[in-house]
Amino acid sequence: MSAAPEDASVHRALGLSDEEYEQIHELLGRHPNHLELAMYSVMWSEHCSYKSSKVHLKRLPTEAPWVLVGPGENAGVIDVGDDIAVAIRIESHNHPSAIEPYQGAATGVGGILRDIFTMGARPIAVMDPLRFGPLDDPRSRWIAEGVISGVSGYGNSVGVPTVGGEIVFDETYKGNPLVNVLAMGVLPSERLVLGQASGVGNLAILLGAATGRDGIGGVSVLASAGFDENSEGADKRPSVQVGDPFEEKRLLEACLELLDEGLVSGIQDLGGAGITCATSETASRGGAGMDVDVSAIHSREEGMEPFELMTSESQERMLAIVEPEHLEKVLEISAQWEITASVIGRVTGNGQLRIMDGFEGEVLAELPASTLHDDAPEYNRPMSPPDDLTERRLRDASQGPANCVEDLLALVCDPSWVYSQYDHQLFLNTVVGPGNDGTLLRLRHPSTGEETGRGLAMSTDGNHRWCYVDPRQGTKMIVAEAVMNIACVGANPLAVVNCLNFGNPEHPEIMWQLSESVDGMSEACIAFNAPVVGGNVSLYNETNAVDIAPTPVVGVLGVHPDLSEPPPGIGLPPDSLLLVLGQEPESDVSMGGSRWAWEVGCCKDGVLPEFDLDHAVRTAAFVAESVQKQRLKAVHDVGEGGLAVALAEMAIRSGIGAKIKNHDNHISMFNESGGRVLVAIENRELDDFVKTAAARGVTAKVIGETGGSSLQFGPMVDVSLESLTVASENQLPEALGQGTVNA
Amino acid sequence: MTQRVGVIRFPGTNCEFDTIDAVRALGGEAEILWHSDSSIKNVDAIVIPGGFAHGDYLRCGAIARFSPVMEAVSDFALAGGPVLGICNGFQVLTEAGLLPGALQKNAGMKFLCSMQQIEFVSTQNVVGKGSQVGDCLQIPINHFEGNYVCSPEILSRLETQEQIVFRYTDNPNGSIKDIAGICNEAGNVVGMMPHPERATSDLLGSNDGAALIQSFLSV
Amino acid sequence: MQFEAKIEVSPRDGIANPEGSTIERSLPALGFEMTRNVRVGKLIRFEVEAESADAARSLVEDMCNRFLTNPVIEDAAVEVLET
Repeated sequence: MSAAPEDASVHRALGLSDEEYEQIHELLGRHPNHLELAMYSVMWSEHCSYKSSKVHLKRLPTEAPWVLVGPGENAGVIDVGDDIAVAIRIESHNHPSAIEPYQGAATGVGGILRDIFTMGARPIAVMDPLRFGPLDDPRSRWIAEGVISGVSGYGNSVGVPTVGGEIVFDETYKGNPLVNVLAMGVLPSERLVLGQASGVGNLAILLGAATGRDGIGGVSVLASAGFDENSEGADKRPSVQVGDPFEEKRLLEACLELLDEGLVSGIQDLGGAGITCATSETASRGGAGMDVDVSAIHSREEGMEPFELMTSESQERMLAIVEPEHLEKVLEISAQWEITASVIGRVTGNGQLRIMDGFEGEVLAELPASTLHDDAPEYNRPMSPPDDLTERRLRDASQGPANCVEDLLALVCDPSWVYSQYDHQLFLNTVVGPGNDGTLLRLRHPSTGEETGRGLAMSTDGNHRWCYVDPRQGTKMIVAEAVMNIACVGANPLAVVNCLNFGNPEHPEIMWQLSESVDGMSEACIAFNAPVVGGNVSLYNETNAVDIAPTPVVGVLGVHPDLSEPPPGIGLPPDSLLLVLGQEPESDVSMGGSRWAWEVGCCKDGVLPEFDLDHAVRTAAFVAESVQKQRLKAVHDVGEGGLAVALAEMAIRSGIGAKIKNHDNHISMFNESGGRVLVAIENRELDDFVKTAAARGVTAKVIGETGGSSLQFGPMVDVSLESLTVASENQLPEALGQGTVNA
Repeated sequence: MTQRVGVIRFPGTNCEFDTIDAVRALGGEAEILWHSDSSIKNVDAIVIPGGFAHGDYLRCGAIARFSPVMEAVSDFALAGGPVLGICNGFQVLTEAGLLPGALQKNAGMKFLCSMQQIEFVSTQNVVGKGSQVGDCLQIPINHFEGNYVCSPEILSRLETQEQIVFRYTDNPNGSIKDIAGICNEAGNVVGMMPHPERATSDLLGSNDGAALIQSFLSV
Repeated sequence: MQFEAKIEVSPRDGIANPEGSTIERSLPALGFEMTRNVRVGKLIRFEVEAESADAARSLVEDMCNRFLTNPVIEDAAVEVLET
């Protein structure tokens, strides 16, 4: 097993530093061979080990009595009562989507679904926060169309509804789109399965698609020379993975059936680092070891080398740990679902991961399974705020050629062009779907289908403008916005998942952004009593050495306690009073970080408006309570674009306008002071409603009344609903529909 | 009489449990029929539900029509048994030759999931009992290949024999004559692109599909 | 001069082709057990105006690289015929 001291070029080409190589040398007590080196290189990559971010992530709150599984497993799991648990996770697929948008997005959906059914849960919802370069850039449009079709093509076919998400276009994502995918599933609480291998002699069975040379990009430098000479070389080898939703659907049904029948003792999906990760992770979690027979792996291509089989990221594969007496039944269920199943491993008691050519054959690699995870390096990389931060914060973001009517027309955008391509209704749960504040699903028991009379609410939110101006406060505000969104559909928050999309961690200001953002998230999650139960970090989001604006994205999960009536929705009712709930903007409120400042005023600096987190907590609770008690005629969170855009969305939805007192300048119309919600109530409810708000410590101000066929702000600003509707509906089809054929 | 409905499940089908939920909520009984079974177990009616049978690879329904269960479905249909194909099920029925015509990609070349208004054109079929010609229903669609097409000869036969069951009031996909659903000459086999099982609760936005399923259960 | 361009787009070697594999798995059920390596691609045809056959071919290849295919996962076999 001993290998010669390594030529340094090999481990460097694999992305391991000299120090990391030395650490492996010490862990093994000898020099690693090529296969071992390949396995360490994939497991110790940023993507798998979180080596640059771990030190910061530890500061996030992760515990609450209702948290059954926190970060570190395949998905977070929450107890939502009635013997139902909810599994939830979010992940990024940014870099693959930049190269092959359709497949990048498709495999992103596939990967996150496997994380959910790995926990024993049936996936019932997907959400996709998407961020692309500007619409006037053809390549960004190509990426956007490809990604949207990929989510649609894979998600619809695999049969999991896409019930919400976001779509954002900005210069900062030109060349580096952000494709985040959240998935949620439900399981009977007693069936929670963890990805671990225990019981010496148990079998590890590889289920699903054949293994090909997918996604082995980085380690392909190890390919024997002969393979490459006649073709174009290792770098030309396809490293793009192709998704097969039909395989995934069968795999999902087969795995859930195996779990229903109690045939598996542990199960793990294959994602980054493929079989290496799945075998070592299950073994080390279970305190066991594993012998892996590479010759038993069913492969798609001839002549695959062991390092390729061990590190391939081919899609639609799972590893199940099975007691030998259940093997026959497992193979039978796999066959029924037309799923290939191969026994590739045996659980051992020695903690070693041994890779072999046949169970009795040559040992190709041998290492302590836990070293691939537990001993992965951890870096506290240098961090410092940007040099020009003070200067940037002094700039006044309210300057610019303001034309209230034109600016409003430019800022409204109907996303239905995107979400009408997604099945968002499957499973008959969707009470409030995409295009609203939060998503609201009926909560039914996963085995019996019995209704609980309650609802599950979700929202995903991010805001790179706020986080660029101030990553700490910006992150607090996005958590508050996500919570406010689910409050608008009547839910109180239970848990948060996060996807931290940042630039190059070797740049000190990026690590500063990450650290600030984590602290802001931590503070907000504590305030809302919603712990972080899982997350994903995506670093190196940069193009030509320019980092993206920091883009933490959060997903919030909450419960609506009584779903006898649907929430009021965002559409304005006739003849009602309009109120703003929550913290009032300061009289000289800053426009820093607002969409108006970035897209109209063209200033990306300044400071954020003051933000009172405690007031936001009280406001969210009051909004949820008011929705639950059916006291509101309409409700909508005030987010990007400020009060005016929120009102326009409400008016467009129902075709009913409103007259707003004052608010007739661009600052009061478009500022993005956080923690605010617009509500409509009946006139006669006013006194009582304002009193209740005051008792809950929430500011409630009447700003106008509904009615008419235009939106009026003060005496001077008047926008017809017709022009708003046309502007809103045409934005995306005009920009994105260009490449499509219309009848 | 309570009907026992068999719901066909191909690998890739995904609306089978929604269909079962809707049937049961309306007082019917329902059970899954697996695609590789050659028997349909004495059920009184059959639904081929929506989804992506065999991934919709090659053509929608092209692989599914060769499943062993389809022979039994075909015999059942020819003997006058009630058969309803929803969405992908409609596509399977046309591939299997139990309904005329074909479903091609939407004219806008996009998948479409949205609420649509459809109108009863004929009620002389297994979903029309209790409804009137001209009744308008809110029922969601969810498809990429829902653009119905057929030869002029078939179209004129569909029209004269009252085989057009539903038409869209605002055509979303380019279907010829706004066709949203058709039936065979006898009216016992109906195929429709909209999903009635998704419109069986006011909480979900519409209850208009209940009448169709109710009718199907009572024939 | 007028040419007819025919482009056969196929998944690159080593790239998974789920549609092909599914068809391959289905054919034996109909008695066609003799089939192997089913791959599904696309055929694109159009007319193109160019000075010469070589010029037409180079135009079409450029279209393939920039728009009609994604060379990361697809190969294009271009055929140009004078009409």
